[in-house]
Amino acid sequence: MSHNENSTASHVHRDDVGAKMGMWLFLFTEVLLFGGMFLVYAVYRFQNPMQFHLAGMELNTTVGTINTIILLTSSLTVALAITAIQKNNKFLSLVFLSVTLLFALMFMVNKYFEWTTKIEHGIYPGSEELLKKQNGEILFFGLYYIMTGLHGLHVIVGMVLLSLMFILILKNKITHDNFVKLENSGLYWHLVDLIWIFLFPLFYLIQ
Amino acid sequence: MEHGNNKHITPYSTYLIVWVALLAFTSITVSVAGINLGNLTLFVALVIAAIKSAMVINIFMHIKFEEKIFKVFLLLSGMTLLVIFLLTFTDFSFR
Repeated sequence: MSHNENSTASHVHRDDVGAKMGMWLFLFTEVLLFGGMFLVYAVYRFQNPMQFHLAGMELNTTVGTINTIILLTSSLTVALAITAIQKNNKFLSLVFLSVTLLFALMFMVNKYFEWTTKIEHGIYPGSEELLKKQNGEILFFGLYYIMTGLHGLHVIVGMVLLSLMFILILKNKITHDNFVKLENSGLYWHLVDLIWIFLFPLFYLIQ
Repeated sequence: MEHGNNKHITPYSTYLIVWVALLAFTSITVSVAGINLGNLTLFVALVIAAIKSAMVINIFMHIKFEEKIFKVFLLLSGMTLLVIFLLTFTDFSFR
């Protein structure tokens, strides 16, 4: 292995395309997981259009819009972090990743306040207040909690992944010619953004 | 010889342009939601969401610059989801 160090160093066996294919396959299982929920949402909304409308009015459009902007921007910064590492700019890549993590945290803080406000108003699965409402509204809030909840869980997982990538870049394990791990974590983060792109109009924009 | 190592580097500016477009579509979808379009409201919201997704998938997720197999994957899973929705709604409408 040591007969020609320069050439062996660049020919360590690595299959970046395979790694990315694996990531995409995993993302498709995620799409199907959320897809099932969107399907349930679609059927119930079709059955109870007026009650979904009524319940949707109770969600805060402003908070939803702010969170949309936050997530879209965090998707931008994670993409920029990849370009930065490809251009061998380790520092800039770390900066972009930190900004992404900060946005993710902001998203979760907003989500926390949004949920606690709803819970303080007595609207949470199985609450007396909610059970007094019509069936369609109960379904709407049930879906709201499970879908934004599962999405929030994905945001947390994404934060853990991106933090790990931050450490790997710091330790020079991710470099300008070996960054597929960062790319795959980025793909995961974009998926989280994609799901939100659909959750936002379906839950927050029913006026 | 070149494949694998020779990566496509998306310029910062491309990402910024896509981001601005995504924000523009977000403001459109929020303002359109305020107007009462009847049954069209949901349709418009979903079309805008689909346009935003296409931008995220193509540019941010790099699909546009990947090998063909990734596009085949994507098409296959998209079609699977579509078929599931169509079958469910066909079942649902004929009950």
